Amino acid sequence: MQPASRAADCTILDGTVANMNFPLRTRRYLFSTLAALLALLPPGCLSSSAQILGPEYGSGSALSIPQSALMQPAVLAHMLTSGNKPLILQVGSRMLFNEAHIRGSEYSGPGSESEGLQSLHDRVTSLPRKKLIVLYCGCCPWTHCPNVSPAYSQLTAMGFTNVKVLYLPNNFGTDWVSKGYPVD
Amino acid sequence: MAKAFLLVACLESCTFAFGASRPLLNHSAPQFSLTDLNHQRLDLKAYRGKVVLLNFWATWCSPCQLEIPRFVDWQKEYGASGLQVVGISMDDDPSLVRKLDQRLRLNYPVAMGDAQLGENYGGIYGLPVTFLIDRDGKIRAEYQGVTDLGRVEATLRGMLKTR
Repeated sequence: MQPASRAADCTILDGTVANMNFPLRTRRYLFSTLAALLALLPPGCLSSSAQILGPEYGSGSALSIPQSALMQPAVLAHMLTSGNKPLILQVGSRMLFNEAHIRGSEYSGPGSESEGLQSLHDRVTSLPRKKLIVLYCGCCPWTHCPNVSPAYSQLTAMGFTNVKVLYLPNNFGTDWVSKGYPVD
Repeated sequence: MAKAFLLVACLESCTFAFGASRPLLNHSAPQFSLTDLNHQRLDLKAYRGKVVLLNFWATWCSPCQLEIPRFVDWQKEYGASGLQVVGISMDDDPSLVRKLDQRLRLNYPVAMGDAQLGENYGGIYGLPVTFLIDRDGKIRAEYQGVTDLGRVEATLRGMLKTR
């Protein structure tokens, strides 16, 4: 009996911790504290941490995409219900795309690979440079995504002026599917 | 520099903590039967009686590659106590997986996953995702994204004590 109850305790404990549903006030407090700490860091400090944590924090990472180019999921979800739908391209893994993708989006291929960038180039090359294009991946936590930054850089280098990158801080499942936004 | 590292680590653990709840917790792990990279049958139910660490990963996922060496260590350390690590790659190209398998000298079976298997496990829409399955085949924990491996190990050790 003892082992069984121990297992049950473990289950409850881990299930609770893994899903840690902090109250909204606590979340706000945590984020504001972290934001304040970030502001106190000396310039260059985060780039130093980049060297410790690996290339995903460097210039090729999602963190290098300007804030003005980020689009929040709720904004895109709203656009999907309107008549003015942008071109939405998934620049990650095909397997993850096959599992679920944003309704109406197209698979382009991983932005971290030359084949993916070529495919992206071929898909958009004939489009007007003012066309709204939304890129997304969500394969990994935002700071580790290898795909969105190269894809974004490619489009801007091609002269596209209205490129947005969907901001998925955790992953596609947590930040899009779980929110009930439309998928195919 | 150390402060920055701690801060980023803290930010990441918060990201993890606010992840979505998962419906498979405390339910039987969905069965699967695949062929692993060594052309051997990989059947989840063959591991009944063991604690299974089931890890969904991919070669393009950098957090996954930070975890894998720890899983190799755990397989060595806890294998005799009943741990079985199983890797499911969500890569599109198996040749990349074989290369990484050799480079990291994985000491546990790895098979290629697919969209259906991902769906069966509640949707693997981002990586890494790791499940701890108890000796009775029930999922007792799930971890998404960048995870505190110390906590995973503590849970794992607790599960291994249960016979």
